[in-house]
Amino acid sequence: MSHIGRSLRRIEDRPLLRGAGAFAADCNARDQLHMRVVRSPVAFGRILGIETAEACALDGVVAIWTIADVAELPPIDFRQMGLEALAAYRQFVLARDYVRYVGEPVAVVFAVDPYVAEDAADLVYCDIDEQAAQLDATAPPVAFKPDIYPGLLSEPAVLRRAYGDIDAAFAAAEKIVAVEVKVGRHTGVPLETRGALGVYDADKDVVTLYGVAKVPHYNRDAITRMLGLGPGRLQLSEGHVGGGFGIRGELYPEDVLVCAAALRLHRPVKWIEDRKEHLLAANHSRDQVYRLRAAVDKRGFILGLKAEFFTDQGAYVRTHGTTVTDLSAAMLPGPYVIPAYCVEGHIRLTNKTPAGTYRAPGRYESTFARERLIDKIASDLGLSPVEVRRANFIAAEAMPFDRGIQTLGTGVVYDSGKYGDLLERVLDRLDYDQLQQELAARRDRGEHVGLGVACFVEKSGLGPQDLVRIRVDGRGTIEIVTGVASVGQGVETVLAQICAETIDVPIERISVVHGQTDRIEIGFGAFASRVTVMAGSAVKIASEALRDRALATAAKLLQTTPDTLRLSNGTVEAIDGGASLPLGDVALHLEESGGLTGEGRFVAGHMTYPYGIHAAQVKVDPSTCGITIERYLVGYDVGRAINPMLIEGQIVGAAAQGIGGALLEEFVYDENGQPLAASFADYLMPTCHEVPEIEVLLREDAPSPLNPLGVKGAGEAGINAVGAALAAAIDAALQKPGVVTQLPITPARLHAILRGRRP
Amino acid sequence: MKPSAFDYFRPASLSEALALLAKYKDDCKILAGGQSLVPAMNFRLARPAILIDINDLGELDYIFADDNGLHIGALTRHAAFHRRVVDGPLGALLSKVARHIAHYPIRQRGTFAGSLAHADPASEWCLVATALNAAIVAKSIRGDRRISVGDFFNGTFATDLAADELLAEIHLPAMGPGWRTGFFEFSRRAGDFALGMALAALRIEDGIVREARLGVGGVADRAIRLESLEDGLVGHAASPELIDSIAREAWALVTPVGDIHASPEYRRDLIATAVRRALTEAAA
Repeated sequence: MSHIGRSLRRIEDRPLLRGAGAFAADCNARDQLHMRVVRSPVAFGRILGIETAEACALDGVVAIWTIADVAELPPIDFRQMGLEALAAYRQFVLARDYVRYVGEPVAVVFAVDPYVAEDAADLVYCDIDEQAAQLDATAPPVAFKPDIYPGLLSEPAVLRRAYGDIDAAFAAAEKIVAVEVKVGRHTGVPLETRGALGVYDADKDVVTLYGVAKVPHYNRDAITRMLGLGPGRLQLSEGHVGGGFGIRGELYPEDVLVCAAALRLHRPVKWIEDRKEHLLAANHSRDQVYRLRAAVDKRGFILGLKAEFFTDQGAYVRTHGTTVTDLSAAMLPGPYVIPAYCVEGHIRLTNKTPAGTYRAPGRYESTFARERLIDKIASDLGLSPVEVRRANFIAAEAMPFDRGIQTLGTGVVYDSGKYGDLLERVLDRLDYDQLQQELAARRDRGEHVGLGVACFVEKSGLGPQDLVRIRVDGRGTIEIVTGVASVGQGVETVLAQICAETIDVPIERISVVHGQTDRIEIGFGAFASRVTVMAGSAVKIASEALRDRALATAAKLLQTTPDTLRLSNGTVEAIDGGASLPLGDVALHLEESGGLTGEGRFVAGHMTYPYGIHAAQVKVDPSTCGITIERYLVGYDVGRAINPMLIEGQIVGAAAQGIGGALLEEFVYDENGQPLAASFADYLMPTCHEVPEIEVLLREDAPSPLNPLGVKGAGEAGINAVGAALAAAIDAALQKPGVVTQLPITPARLHAILRGRRP
Repeated sequence: MKPSAFDYFRPASLSEALALLAKYKDDCKILAGGQSLVPAMNFRLARPAILIDINDLGELDYIFADDNGLHIGALTRHAAFHRRVVDGPLGALLSKVARHIAHYPIRQRGTFAGSLAHADPASEWCLVATALNAAIVAKSIRGDRRISVGDFFNGTFATDLAADELLAEIHLPAMGPGWRTGFFEFSRRAGDFALGMALAALRIEDGIVREARLGVGGVADRAIRLESLEDGLVGHAASPELIDSIAREAWALVTPVGDIHASPEYRRDLIATAVRRALTEAAA
């Protein structure tokens, strides 16, 4: 029976539906202490002193640490895209000399229960000489830590990329079209806040950290280095994870502090982040300003594109290094030819929460900027937005298409894609011409309705590699062990489907182990829409190896040759009928010689590039500035769909997050750098009332030639172009091309647009 | 997000509750639905030393109508108004308004009286009480006190209740069959506090407005009754032109403040829209 391509229900749901999930807060250990972080109340200032005596005296407080107590710990290093020039901007686990954002950890309290810990944290007094906060990433850079690093400014790096003859392009232009746009500061907000439990086992001299996510192997190595531990003394164990979205699972100060405390205090230490902390302390994202200038010909074809943009990195450079800015620069050209391009991406520090990646990092933003530009080209030239997109698409015949620049250390080479074809399918699904006529008729009747379309290229399947081991036991049950992680996206089901398909076994017999550093020596985690591409391919390779071993072994036992045998429904059988042998029996026979196993390693030098199109239909009430999304469609080519239901779930959930960033979610600060959206009362997440039904047009027209399954990632398709599509739809509803230049599109900003003021 | 330590009392009778209030005064808070108080405690924005939980006081769990109007006891939940608690326009209005209050689970716990005692300027019930000229009955060991709604709200989260007083009942004046009502609210998401809202009630006879009630919320430190505009409606037909002019006057009367969700300019325009829509609904 075929397993790939079927919308099977998730095999990982059983414990979740029965209330038997093991999330971070579910982890407990005898005698555990509770950690509470004392956070900076001001955005920027020199630390004069931290007074802990009164808090220490509180009954139940075991220890309170400031940076002086962990002075030997180095700052948290880069997981990816680190540069030498960035090193001085890394964050220490507790504030050193300066605080640089409201919410920065300045001390930690360890106490016998979380209430006492919070009481004590309230009593810690931070004596800080507050200084003027830098809050505008486009303003001239200022000193990072004035008297500590003289001359070190708040612009750690400027990334430059270029190809083609940009001067010739601009000299030949029929018209120059320019836009300046801004994407607000928002981030992934998983339902489960961060959490950690560190347990020291004195017998084994091993610390185990529970509550981890995303990149357990990398974090094992990073914490091991920071704490100066010997190999094997730290293990990370992933339980259930209530959402990741790029932000959860990166290495943060709290993870290191929990491990350090478990080791030093010789008691288990637990930390559960509360929601207010989460909104102040976990990575923020987005918050970019783009200035684009395009040289175009009469048809709206972009001859050359000059781009300058600013990433508000917040207070420090965290684990992602230059990732967001790097991806923005590389992915800005999107699905269009653009023969000449030059870009300058400024990474600027401010006194806000440090930023990192959030689902479609650098693409949600750059797609918004690019698609706003395309819409502006169309309106400036009096062309239809769809026509301009058609004129600029990279043709299917041009694949693979080498962009001539790099991102994340690998060349940007679009592996496959039929962009024009997908656009026609989307327009067809919308009945585009008819729909536009209907909308025009409604506008004639006084309604403010409009349709917007936005196109994008995603990237997925970042290497370098992943390893999978599969073992069959004597009962014929199959265990897949992988170093990737699950943040709730359906990893177990998808990997099991690939294994079941490859060796033809019932999926019920398969279990998947992930995110356990003591079960497999390497693993590269769950990010960059990489798991199905990387671990999926490794599962296929491992399954094939296991199948070959099973057939070879069975052939000996059945006194035949492997080519006369096949695997069917968990049994080795003769192709011409007759003899058969259950897989478990084959495994039993191999017990002495290492068991029935298969190992697969998939190595990828290049990413795969899925692509898609969003279409949004909105209605604006100009009297209230309310926006209603009447229809939302995502067209997406995933190469090959292992489980269409799970892909659609990914797309729908991501679209909801995209709507949040486009209309609702924004971290706002006052002029002193005090965050004004630090709870769910003010940081507005979309709810089922604000999110319409999302239609998904899932295609498999351009499989990836880069992996044995032909798959591309699906995690970020639903969010990528939401801001762009909604902005275009609102423009159309108001019949004012180009008026939306900033996300989120709040009622107050819409009001300013309608009243002709600058938002 | 763990509250600081507090003592907890769960009195079995109103007199016991009042005695506790008299004893602890400003050190204590009444716990009814807890939908605002408990989050405030978790954020440590509120740190009452003592909570007096009145949920066992069945004598405060009532709602009834008589010739004078509607009497709402302190334990009446928002959800009680999902159905029409009284025949006629008042019951219909309250039922409509209730659906704008937060979300279904919150409406099962939160109380009408708690909303008034909390005095959030964007609370729907505060607008209802203000626009419809409610009276508030406060009880203490010193006796009962009847407070006109005009004297009750002192600003954001501030009321005329003394430290030893319990808000025991709200009295809404009766609304005869000649009344028609309108309510309009705009918020950024379903269930959020209003960015702006308006409530209108008109008694129309032979096409002419004989009595009018008009209030707005979410624009100032408390809900506002626009009595001068009520006067402008009485004696006239509620025509679109008159409604438009009343909405413009409302725009001129209010001076909203800005916050991260709404600029003052936007809020002022929104209030005009809310007044127009509420009046249009009432006049329809």
